[in-house]
Amino acid sequence: MAGATLSVQPDSDGPVKTGTVIPFIRRDAAADKNELYLSVEGVHCAGCIHKIESALLKFPEVMQARLNFSTRRLHLAWSGAEDMADRFARTVSDLGYRVTPFDPDAAMRRDDGHTRFLLLCLGVAGFAAGNIMLMSFALWTTSAATMGPAMRDFLHLVSALIAVPTVVFSGRPFFLSAWKALSARRTNMDVPISVGLILTTGMSCFELLNHGEHVYFDSVVMLTFFLLIGRYLDDLARSSARRAAGDLIAMMAGAASVVESGKIKSVLIRDLREGMTASIAMGERIPADGVVESGASEIDCSLVTGETIPQPVGPGDPVYGGTINMAAPILVKIRKQAEDSLLGEIIRLMEKAEQGQARYVRIADRAAKLYTPVVHALALLAFLGWVFVGGMAWQPALMVAVTVLIITCPCALALAVPVVQVLAVSRLMRRGIMVKGGDVLERLAGVDTVIFDKTGTLTLGHPALVNGNAIAPGEMQLAASLAARSRHPLSRALTQAYKGDFLDIDVREIPGAGLESVVQGRRVRLGSRGWCGLADDSALRDMMEIVLAVEGETPVIFLFRDLPRSDAADVVRGLERRGIKVMLLSGDRSGIVENIARDLGIAQWQGQITPDGKYKILEGLHAGGHKVLMVGDGLNDAPVLAGADVSISPSSAIGMAQNAAQIVFTGDDLAPVMTAIDTARFSQKLVRQNFIMTILYNLIAVPVAVAGFVTPLVAAVAMSLSSLCVTVNAFRLRRRV
Amino acid sequence: MSVLLFMIPLALFLGLIGLAAFIWSIKSGQYSDLEGAARRILIDEDPE
Repeated sequence: MAGATLSVQPDSDGPVKTGTVIPFIRRDAAADKNELYLSVEGVHCAGCIHKIESALLKFPEVMQARLNFSTRRLHLAWSGAEDMADRFARTVSDLGYRVTPFDPDAAMRRDDGHTRFLLLCLGVAGFAAGNIMLMSFALWTTSAATMGPAMRDFLHLVSALIAVPTVVFSGRPFFLSAWKALSARRTNMDVPISVGLILTTGMSCFELLNHGEHVYFDSVVMLTFFLLIGRYLDDLARSSARRAAGDLIAMMAGAASVVESGKIKSVLIRDLREGMTASIAMGERIPADGVVESGASEIDCSLVTGETIPQPVGPGDPVYGGTINMAAPILVKIRKQAEDSLLGEIIRLMEKAEQGQARYVRIADRAAKLYTPVVHALALLAFLGWVFVGGMAWQPALMVAVTVLIITCPCALALAVPVVQVLAVSRLMRRGIMVKGGDVLERLAGVDTVIFDKTGTLTLGHPALVNGNAIAPGEMQLAASLAARSRHPLSRALTQAYKGDFLDIDVREIPGAGLESVVQGRRVRLGSRGWCGLADDSALRDMMEIVLAVEGETPVIFLFRDLPRSDAADVVRGLERRGIKVMLLSGDRSGIVENIARDLGIAQWQGQITPDGKYKILEGLHAGGHKVLMVGDGLNDAPVLAGADVSISPSSAIGMAQNAAQIVFTGDDLAPVMTAIDTARFSQKLVRQNFIMTILYNLIAVPVAVAGFVTPLVAAVAMSLSSLCVTVNAFRLRRRV
Repeated sequence: MSVLLFMIPLALFLGLIGLAAFIWSIKSGQYSDLEGAARRILIDEDPE
């Protein structure tokens, strides 16, 4: 690293830098126990688990090393010195896995806690449902005459002893949610569920005390059980994707290396203060806005501005948080704290956008809004009808009204949506598409406009050599041999394009300029135009280039372009065939954007557009009643990602964009965008079919209930059958996706 | 029939034991990594 002013380790892809994990350690001094959570990438089999755990357990200090395979998180506990952590992290990364420390923040643990709470409620309800059938089968199959009223009362009593605590314990998820909705003067699916559960339990207790013939304890427990299955599935679908997103936030909240009186210290990014000097290694992200203090390098701003060509910087030049240092280590004087920087402004814009999104009402809650008044009115009418027209006493009439509520209790309705969505989400997950929550699919199904970002979304986000065929093999070999010594993105692209052997030469890297060597007594340079002795030619400026200059020969120009993803054109055509309008908005130069738009057949495009400008266009589309899907990966897209009806981000995107997006996909293809839309549309069709089935069911069941023909057995059979129907229908998704 | 007075509570008691075991298994984190548990079975124990 000649010319570098610092002796920091420049290798960003290699082992963890010293000190980076220290701020994440939780130390319990009294018990002499340190704890650390690491997110480990690249684990894919039992062998990996074993290799990592056994390597760590070889240290005598390690008390616990357990890798959670589902979340890819490693939990480490050890006694003794805190800075052992560096060695542990390096041990894992030496095995070939990428490790990132993260802070298991409180929100994430609350999330896990909720899933566990639902599972506990589900378990209790399942136990109760199984055991109460012990009584119910006897009650259903024999009459009071053969059994005797005393025996019947005894069985009823035992049922009550099981059912009442179960409803109190396992009904809580519904009661709490219903209460929250009611106190906000809204209604949701949980309101009729709660009313149904409470009324049925109350009425059955009343019947029990009066030695009545029918009690519905079995129905109420079964109902709770089925409803909880739906609720648990729903939660599962959200939490898996949310956890993936949580990892990303944690990484963003990483650490920076700060130089203090000649020593390098690791500081959490959120603890950075104005005036601190941060050392930025090659390939590292700049943690906050600042000014270059020393060193010369090139900065990749593509995630902030969308521009593909790296910007050269030197002492005194401003740099923005979130951009990546490409060419050489630099020292940056922090000018603004992380939250006040450009990044912070984008975050504020995102928050504004998210507030707008909170207005979306899930389809199940929309259904509940219609459903609740109708069902409750029907029950009331049945009661009044029997008392005043049918001349029935009020107790049996109330019983009829309650059976109407039981039989219409939205059991199937509560399963109709989550079962479909969970299946769809898990299928997509297996194909590398992470969907954060079932309601995302509802919104995705209704999309009529797609906005694409350019860099990293329609394109791969890294340059590739385009004029390789026009270059002589000897020159190619020479250039590649020089480039192999550099981590500059263009050098890497050049090395990648070359397939043969490398020359054994000594190479010197001159930061901000290029690479130099002496081959067979002649000076060879690989780098920028000016440095290699060529005049600036702006005609070629929509391409990136490096020049190979051998002393005494004509310089050779290597051209690079950020190539579109291989199936981008197909995806654009496919979307248009489905009646979806496609737009391209980019912060990059208009010339580059126009080329890509023409190549891919996108009619509506705009270049050189600021994050705020993108957001204004989105607002315009919203005002026109359009449902917008945003596909983007950069910081400049983040507000639009957060404000669009749905948003998709590739997994190469920065953490903030992935966090703002509701869907994240992996891989080099753009096809997942189409797969996600198709799956969303098909699952929405299944949801609609399920709703129709439940309505049909109610059209038959309600008259029967109003007529007073419903017994506990009829209720149990009807409920199970309707739930089974919607579940089976949902499984049709398996064959399609 | 009076045998039921004995059998039903017994059946429920057995069920409760199962429930208690289930609650314990949730609390001790047995369900936090189902995928990993399925794979860990393939790891050979090192001979001591």
